Amino acid sequence: MSGPDLDPTLLLRLLGSDDPELDCDECFEQLDRYVELELAGAPADALVPGLRAHLVGCPACAEEHESLGALLDVDSVT
Amino acid sequence: MPSPHTNPDVSALAPAPGLEEWHLDLHAQGARRDEAVERLHGLLLRAARFEVFRRGGSLRRLTAAELDELAQDAAADAAVSVLRRLGDFRGESSFRTWAYKFALLEASVKVRRRAWRDREVSLEPEHWERLPHAGPGPEDDVESAALLEAVRDGIGTALTPRQRLVLVSVVLEGVPIDVLAERLGSNRNALYKMLHDARRRLRAHVAAAGFPEGSA
Repeated sequence: MSGPDLDPTLLLRLLGSDDPELDCDECFEQLDRYVELELAGAPADALVPGLRAHLVGCPACAEEHESLGALLDVDSVT
Repeated sequence: MPSPHTNPDVSALAPAPGLEEWHLDLHAQGARRDEAVERLHGLLLRAARFEVFRRGGSLRRLTAAELDELAQDAAADAAVSVLRRLGDFRGESSFRTWAYKFALLEASVKVRRRAWRDREVSLEPEHWERLPHAGPGPEDDVESAALLEAVRDGIGTALTPRQRLVLVSVVLEGVPIDVLAERLGSNRNALYKMLHDARRRLRAHVAAAGFPEGSA
């Protein structure tokens, strides 16, 4: 059977990784701190381990992470 | 680290409320609390509108008034959550950022569910057979094709039916996890744990087929 072209991210999205990661509830708990650390240029991934791996694996949490950063960006210039 | 975020058109948004100690009045009584709750609602509505209009491309059939109604609903639900969980705020971020995340969550979930409201979510796990095939070509493509075949076999044989359904729906069909959770009478966190377990089983299956970790 032939199918559509292979999306290079597909295998990663199917298989995930062995890296330790937070679940959605834990991600939500830490998201505000993580985004502020990111925007401050602090080592967010080291200070909140497992959150980045979760964002890679969870499109919904990744959207909310992106939106929170974008909203704070807007606030910083208004 | 520079921010990866881009700024949408925010001309319709009210200015961000000023900083910051006012939130302590949410613990007060009477007029002080009422004023603080009103201020909180303004903050949450700002965030909800930001999210609804940012993601509004998936809701093109809705009018501006309908989009705003969605934002108002999200802000109201977020206010309930924030007030219920005030004791959880530990000052690890600003209060504004902490409150914003509740509004963004409510708004993004409402946008996704609304966008999928009239769309069927297939609960037929056989759809994984549509997994793309690597085309014929150089050695790398041959390797990719073999790995894909191992993944396809793993989806069919190594996962429970529920794990297969969640993996195929979220990863291959692009169904938002909140939408799938609603259709299955579950919640995002439970489904994500199932997705995580499915991925782990699939990795083990692929490794047993001779593809070491990192082959993807």
